[in-house]
Amino acid sequence: MDVSLGLLTNAVISGLLLGGFYAAVSIGVAISFGMLDIVNIAHPAFILLGSYVAFIGNSVFGIDPILAAVIALPAFYLLGMAAYQVYYVAFERRDDQSLRGLSFFFGILFIVEVGLILIFGVDYTSVQAWYGGGNLSLGFIELPWRLLVPFLLGMAMVAGLQVFLSRTFIGRAIQAVAQDQQALRLMAANPTRIKRIAFGLSFATAALAGAAMIIIQPVEPSIGREYIGRIFAICVLGGLGSFPGMVIAAVTLGIVESLTSTFFGPSWAPAVAFGVLLLTLAVRPSGILGR
Amino acid sequence: MSALLQVSRLGKRFGGFVALEAIDLEVEEGERLGLIGPNGSGKSTLVNCICGTLHNETGSVQFAGDGLDGLTAHQRTRLGLARSFQLPRPFGSLTLAENLRIPILYSVNARVGRHLAGAAIEARCLELLDQVGLADKAQRLPRDLTQIEMRKLELARAMAAEPKLLIADEAMAGLSHAEVDEIIALLIRLNGQGVTVIMIEHIMRAVMEFSQRLAVLVAGRKIADGDPKVVVRDPEVVRAYLGE
Amino acid sequence: MAYLAAKGADKQAAVAGLGNVAFILVLCVAAAAIFGATRWIGNSYAFFAAYVVVQYIVLGTAWNILGGYTGYVNFGITAFFAIGAYSSVVLYKLTPWLPLPVMIAVGGAAAALVGLGTGYLTLRLRGVFFSIATLALAVVVQTLITNWDFVGGARGAYVLRPKLAPLIGGEYIQYLYLVMLGLCVVVLATARAIERSALGYGFAAIRDDEAAAEAAGVPTLRLKLIATTLSGAFMGMAGAPLPYYVAYLDPASGFSLNYAVNAIAMPLIGGTANWVGPIVGAVVVGGLQQYVSVTISSAVNVLITGLLLVLFVILAPQGIVGVAQKWLRRRR
Repeated sequence: MDVSLGLLTNAVISGLLLGGFYAAVSIGVAISFGMLDIVNIAHPAFILLGSYVAFIGNSVFGIDPILAAVIALPAFYLLGMAAYQVYYVAFERRDDQSLRGLSFFFGILFIVEVGLILIFGVDYTSVQAWYGGGNLSLGFIELPWRLLVPFLLGMAMVAGLQVFLSRTFIGRAIQAVAQDQQALRLMAANPTRIKRIAFGLSFATAALAGAAMIIIQPVEPSIGREYIGRIFAICVLGGLGSFPGMVIAAVTLGIVESLTSTFFGPSWAPAVAFGVLLLTLAVRPSGILGR
Repeated sequence: MSALLQVSRLGKRFGGFVALEAIDLEVEEGERLGLIGPNGSGKSTLVNCICGTLHNETGSVQFAGDGLDGLTAHQRTRLGLARSFQLPRPFGSLTLAENLRIPILYSVNARVGRHLAGAAIEARCLELLDQVGLADKAQRLPRDLTQIEMRKLELARAMAAEPKLLIADEAMAGLSHAEVDEIIALLIRLNGQGVTVIMIEHIMRAVMEFSQRLAVLVAGRKIADGDPKVVVRDPEVVRAYLGE
Repeated sequence: MAYLAAKGADKQAAVAGLGNVAFILVLCVAAAAIFGATRWIGNSYAFFAAYVVVQYIVLGTAWNILGGYTGYVNFGITAFFAIGAYSSVVLYKLTPWLPLPVMIAVGGAAAALVGLGTGYLTLRLRGVFFSIATLALAVVVQTLITNWDFVGGARGAYVLRPKLAPLIGGEYIQYLYLVMLGLCVVVLATARAIERSALGYGFAAIRDDEAAAEAAGVPTLRLKLIATTLSGAFMGMAGAPLPYYVAYLDPASGFSLNYAVNAIAMPLIGGTANWVGPIVGAVVVGGLQQYVSVTISSAVNVLITGLLLVLFVILAPQGIVGVAQKWLRRRR
């Protein structure tokens, strides 16, 4: 009785912390898909890229993986802007079928994954950081550092972006472009430039999410694909265009996965996200807090 | 209950925005109804709800005595309701003739009775294109058309479904004086063959020439419905739409 | 030059004018000729290599029915392909005496059901949700099979390849190749028949403008479900002989992303407008892959396929066939 309750509590707490990490992983897509309506299925591949950048920073230069990701932020931001420019010229401007855009990102996903395999191989890689092991003890609750730090990072990212979007001019312009491009044009702001900045931000989040990922678990290039289902399940469940909804969805998924993992085995975790996604699409496609 | 189309207290919201509020509209069989109103008043939304492209939250639509609730757009087209889109939506990879094939294959042929096949379909496509003056471009793609020609194609495609009721949504926008006359004549001819027509337009000359009855939509509500000559003198209509 | 171009167009028109039955006969003759030629080359490697190309023609054509014809992108090719492969593994363990064509039919049926189910849940929404769901589906099916001990789980399953080919003699690989050629004839004939039928027009209307198609009377949901089921069935059928081909099947290789990328890249590079594109794509890309594999490395060749996919999608969306058609039209 007692063992089972302890197990349950642990599973829920792990799930909660995992949810914070999932929020970090999903916020990039909450921006690109939720606000810009660009289905960037390659996002997980760039998160992996972020993980490997953090790894290089850590193993070659001995710096903290999160710090490495922060240093790499501008590069990711510029990469995102470049990617949007290509996408815009090739697809958005031509108002092409979504078939091409999706295939484009699929191709990018594949190229990045194979590129990472060629450079780093298929073995698992991990980082060394002071919070890699051990727990933070709060009374009778044990919070593993390797889960807690990504959770805190995720929450910081969401909070930071929320503040940016609601308090700065560019942030508000991004919200505007998400809702009504025409009105934005009338205000003499260039929607394309705004979208480019937003997409750049989306990529920048991938760098930090990557650092979080390699802290939580050892990575290898193909695990990105597992996250596609999770990320889109979270974004759809949370409601496109709503950060708070996304966070709730991320935490919910984290808890459900954690419980499944504890009581049915960890290999079923990827199936949970898919189940959640299908259920949401079938029952309430606008999500919990969606418009 | 001889009304072909009966719209009862139809309402549609987009989130907090009320697009249509308790719209009542009746169209008799064989009638020519004009529908006018300022931009954004909900005319196209009303068309979308009647035809099933959008789902109305309140109210109901009855067509030829049958309730349309729960029916998809293609089912309604098969029952005899057709519309042209305000912004033309041609099938870009198909020729003009092939564009008209689609409603013939999927609406006309889906009904009991009339069934076209083989050469008869091609002939019918050419006949329809001829009625809108596009017969010589039958093998071209929509991207080779001018805006005006695309509107005509849009109308032809709605006609190809052989509807009992045709809703022409701003089919004449941007046309020249002579072209407007052409389309009015075409629609009157159609009406003479037994097709009930709802014309949504901003070109008042066309509306007055064409309509037997005129309805006015402003900010999601119907504010007038009756004899065109009387409606255009209604002070509320003048204030809200026609101006002075 | 113009004369030659006109001749080419005439030949195209001649093939285009063939009725469905006549086309099937032409394909059968071509398949028999190809089989004979491969047999004449003699060595086993030719059969193993040719099998892969023909398999990709089937996969690419199957994908194209939903992707190119109807405009809905299925990223979960590995799921359907593997369902076909693993249903054969199950049958092999339960009823090893079943002839291969029957196993193919069962694999196809299983994959068709999954396609129908996924489609039913997601095709009422925007196309992108369908595509995302298929991506997630691939991961889930892989998870399920990796956890299923009966088919070997993560350790994989061994399938004993019979020594001799039934019917035609020679090594068993020849029989696999012949069966795959037969499947190819069926899939190509189906694709072409669809193209010229009312169904094909319906698919094209959905691809070009779904709302307008719906308003014109096209039952879009029903047609999309048909396309998804048919496409999934053919992909499952393409996967069914795989266990016999590789003799050892494990989830890592059975669910290799390569199958998905190739099945998408080949039709997109070859041309998605009609049945010719996937063939051109399979031959060109497959040939290129063989060459790069031998001269540089097999990992790089996979990278090159991805790069080609992206380049073609951006620069030449009509594919090789589309570019060739435009060129021919200009020279006439």
